Amino acid sequence: MDEPILEIEDLRVTFTGGAKPVRAVDGVDLSLRRGEVVALLGESGSGKSVTLRSVLRLHQENKTKIEGRITAAGIDVMALQGAALADFRGKHVSMIFQEPMLVLDPVYSVGQQIIEAICKHENIAADEARKRVLHLFERVRIPSPERRLAAYPHEMSGGMRQRAMIALALSCHPKILLADEPTTALDATVQVQILLLLRELQRELGLSMIFVTHDISVGVEVADRIAVMYAGRIVEIGSVRDVIRAPRHPYTIGLLSTRAHGGRLTGNRLPAIAGSPPDLANLPPGCAFAPRCGLASSQCAASTPPALSVKEGQIVRCFRVDATAKVSA
Amino acid sequence: MEPAKASPLLQITGLKKHFPVKTGLFGRPSSSVYAVDDIAFDVHAGETLGIVGESGCGKSTTARLLMGLIPPTAGTVRFDGKIVGSPALPLKEFHRQVQMVFQDSYASLNPRLTVEESIAFGPTVHGVSRREAIARARSLLDRVGLDPIRFAGRFPHELSGGQRQRVNIARALALEPRILLLDEAVSALDKSVEAQVLNLLLDLKDAFGLTYLFISHDLEVVRFMATRVLVMYLGKVAELGPTEALYTKSRHPYTSALLGSLLSMDPDQRTERAPLAGDPPNPIDPPPGCRFHTRCAFAEAVCSLHEPVLHAAGASHAAACHMVPPNGEHSKSGMAMKAVS
Repeated sequence: MDEPILEIEDLRVTFTGGAKPVRAVDGVDLSLRRGEVVALLGESGSGKSVTLRSVLRLHQENKTKIEGRITAAGIDVMALQGAALADFRGKHVSMIFQEPMLVLDPVYSVGQQIIEAICKHENIAADEARKRVLHLFERVRIPSPERRLAAYPHEMSGGMRQRAMIALALSCHPKILLADEPTTALDATVQVQILLLLRELQRELGLSMIFVTHDISVGVEVADRIAVMYAGRIVEIGSVRDVIRAPRHPYTIGLLSTRAHGGRLTGNRLPAIAGSPPDLANLPPGCAFAPRCGLASSQCAASTPPALSVKEGQIVRCFRVDATAKVSA
Repeated sequence: MEPAKASPLLQITGLKKHFPVKTGLFGRPSSSVYAVDDIAFDVHAGETLGIVGESGCGKSTTARLLMGLIPPTAGTVRFDGKIVGSPALPLKEFHRQVQMVFQDSYASLNPRLTVEESIAFGPTVHGVSRREAIARARSLLDRVGLDPIRFAGRFPHELSGGQRQRVNIARALALEPRILLLDEAVSALDKSVEAQVLNLLLDLKDAFGLTYLFISHDLEVVRFMATRVLVMYLGKVAELGPTEALYTKSRHPYTSALLGSLLSMDPDQRTERAPLAGDPPNPIDPPPGCRFHTRCAFAEAVCSLHEPVLHAAGASHAAACHMVPPNGEHSKSGMAMKAVS
């Protein structure tokens, strides 16, 4: 494998706008290889979206403290300022969101918006840009694409808007695509369509992708590797097969067993993870999962577990990996 | 459990809700959203009836109609044989028997009331003394897994989403109802917390002998909770049957497509083809005949001409599809879905 296309090193993000500083991301290391899809999995408040947004520097500068290094497509993201930052967004790294209605401007037609984005980044004629958008619409399988260029966002269905947003994100040929729960708001039958489309585009265009989701089954469907986040840290990362079949962090093990899935008998109690996710403004010392963990020892409450390689490519932040080897087997 | 002999606890007949859409000149209603269009089903004492369907299929409108939160365009709801809203059973009386838990745990609690005041509010309205209502609220808090000493005096914003939903469940139980209507009650919760609340709901059902109407878009959760499942599509009942029969031997192509959209959780068996193309059609102008025919792989001429009725497809199992009756006009009529696909 050659150089990673995206490298995040010791990322720390603190929101300082409130009464108490909130450490949303607490030392995340992640490297994305060329053509690879990594699913960033976690519950609300785990820091998965905050990590993703940091790559495009989307946080409000005056209320956020970002530390660490991010290198995307050879560019030092932290050093970008003004026009260089605007040029970087969409051209090298692009992003799709959960709610396309918040991305698309309601008073311009979808076609106009994408043409504008292309003309802003590249020195080409509007006519040329329009052709590209038409081609993109065909590519993301929007029916009657010629007519849809003139449609306003509210005239499209949820699934179609999501397709239009994907076209917008891909319009300037980015190498890296960041996806923030792009199928969460969609119905099950539409979600499958969009996941298949993203998988196909990723393969054909050779995109490198980080896919943020709270749904393990979505991660399994699209990703090569899964990174599980809890309270601002990646607690486990590994290939999809390893993480699903032989999870080694107690939180991952809990998440996988807690799902009401398939053959589970109706009415039998689910094995639940006790307690609730921690308050990021008052994090416990040591491992943040320890208060909810059945395997926690005194060491877990005292210090933060280091990243431990349990297998080629599978890294876990847990002191009790010997115990979890038995649980997960 | 075979509840067919006993008379149903809740009986819904010919229920319709059409919302007028004001687009014409001077804001005159020019068309309608057919949110719920002539549905009928029974709810038996002690069961959990799951209602599933995609957004816009009318499942939440059905819940609101059942509760009397919005007036129906047509149709009746009977509780214990009495028509809801009639002099025999006024709404206020009905609401003692049927309570609801909503998806948004924060919006459904009064932010200015402490948790115990919120739970005690209903009983005091219904004539219970304040002292007794507060005592009941505290014991209910304990019952839903929140220590009353720590939580009774807190305000909603001081609780997590899972804790707030526990409070909502306690409040719903404060009037000792017989039916709980759970409208996407666990959908906003994180998976690790969702399991806790589902377990709690199972415990409470046993402890208080409750009947649940469990509305959700999550087919896995419904399979886990429900004894019977009702599948809705564009305001109509597509299929109704015992949970396992419906999940393993579905008779309506829409149910099969919904189940086919479930992701496998197996990296070696990823989905290769989407079971349906496109989005659900607009309920303002639903397709004629069978509402599903525009997206159905088995649609034939008869499907766009005649609307299928619910037809028996096994023990207490029915589906509204022209392929179900044995001697229909459809070329595959009488064939089971397995044989068809």
